[in-house]
Amino acid sequence: MKLEEVVRVIDGKILIGEEKKDLEIDKAYAADLLSDVLALTEESTTLITGTVSPQVIRVAEILNIPAIIFVRGKKPTQKILHYAKDAGIPIIVTNKTMFETSGILYSSGVRPCRNRPATDIHDDTTYGE
Amino acid sequence: MKLKEIIERCKLRVFTLEVNFEDIDITGGYTSDLLSDVMAACEAGSIWVTIQRHLNIVAVAKLKEIPAILITRGLVPEKSTIEKAQAEGVVLLGTELNSFEATGKIYCLLKGIKGA
Amino acid sequence: MIQHTVSETNKFRFVYLIKPRDFSNAGDASANVKAELQKHGIEPDVIRKVSIICFEAEMNIALYTKGGKLIVEFDEQKVDILAVDKGPGIEDTELVITPGYSTAPEWALEYGFGAGMGLPNIKNNSDVFEIESKVGKGTIVHSIVYRRKNEAKGNN
Repeated sequence: MKLEEVVRVIDGKILIGEEKKDLEIDKAYAADLLSDVLALTEESTTLITGTVSPQVIRVAEILNIPAIIFVRGKKPTQKILHYAKDAGIPIIVTNKTMFETSGILYSSGVRPCRNRPATDIHDDTTYGE
Repeated sequence: MKLKEIIERCKLRVFTLEVNFEDIDITGGYTSDLLSDVMAACEAGSIWVTIQRHLNIVAVAKLKEIPAILITRGLVPEKSTIEKAQAEGVVLLGTELNSFEATGKIYCLLKGIKGA
Repeated sequence: MIQHTVSETNKFRFVYLIKPRDFSNAGDASANVKAELQKHGIEPDVIRKVSIICFEAEMNIALYTKGGKLIVEFDEQKVDILAVDKGPGIEDTELVITPGYSTAPEWALEYGFGAGMGLPNIKNNSDVFEIESKVGKGTIVHSIVYRRKNEAKGNN
């Protein structure tokens, strides 16, 4: 679905990247912890996060993340918006929770990523179905 | 929706076998790895979806009346976390899915939408 | 803050000083590394791996140490990354590369750090990964990413 449609269904607002409203958003990942995001193996994945810091933009640059949605009514600072503008990454904000935002996008057809499952080397219980 | 149904429909692994989850009602969900956000905004009766698996998550769940925590990405909670959850009556669940996908499936179940 | 040397043709070296707890700038060194690698036409998949390694290493130095250096060297065959810090050092290097193990203080967790995946992320993106530490002295994390598959000597 297009970025502007994403913004509409999550009652969001585009703070940076209005000119990219026709961008296709087909995959998303929901995470607050940066190292969790860095374990993503698929490119072009939109990030849904409640962590608002300059490092989020740095991580998005490293992973070629096409857009970032800040949830829970969090407000990015001018510095963060500035970084995002320089990096060419659209920033969307919404008051909705990560649960709702992810749920709405998932049910609208935005698909999940297949990231590498984290494994516990020291865990001796096996994960069975 | 009953927790039992969510567990079955999403094929979730149960870590806290000593806790009876048959009659637990789940009225919503909250996805977050930031404990302060959970403390500020999670509603009682919600299922909490996260990759955090250390001891503190049980205390947070107890305080916020969260009946169940779903740990994603195939991560396994520490033994001390499982023991504490068992003692406090908090259900600990697991899934190979990541938080976006797990949330999506649970959201669809709670809303009665046919999931992707 | 950055030293740039060319010792032989097509061999480059960048050194970044990472200040402890300098969160407004943490991540900037890695962004610079990415820009330099792109400028020199390094393969995109190599850039991605190196960027992740540098970011995690840089954040670790800023979050947990008394400060340190990130040294990135690249040539035709590989990109070599060295993250060195002044302490406090790690007691159990096996434990610290376990996914999920974190020594992050409370406040760090609230900023999205401390997932306990930093060192595992570095290891998973490296063709060669080494970590050495001495309590009271400091830690060295060494990583190599080979540019062409047939150069790789296999995973550690």
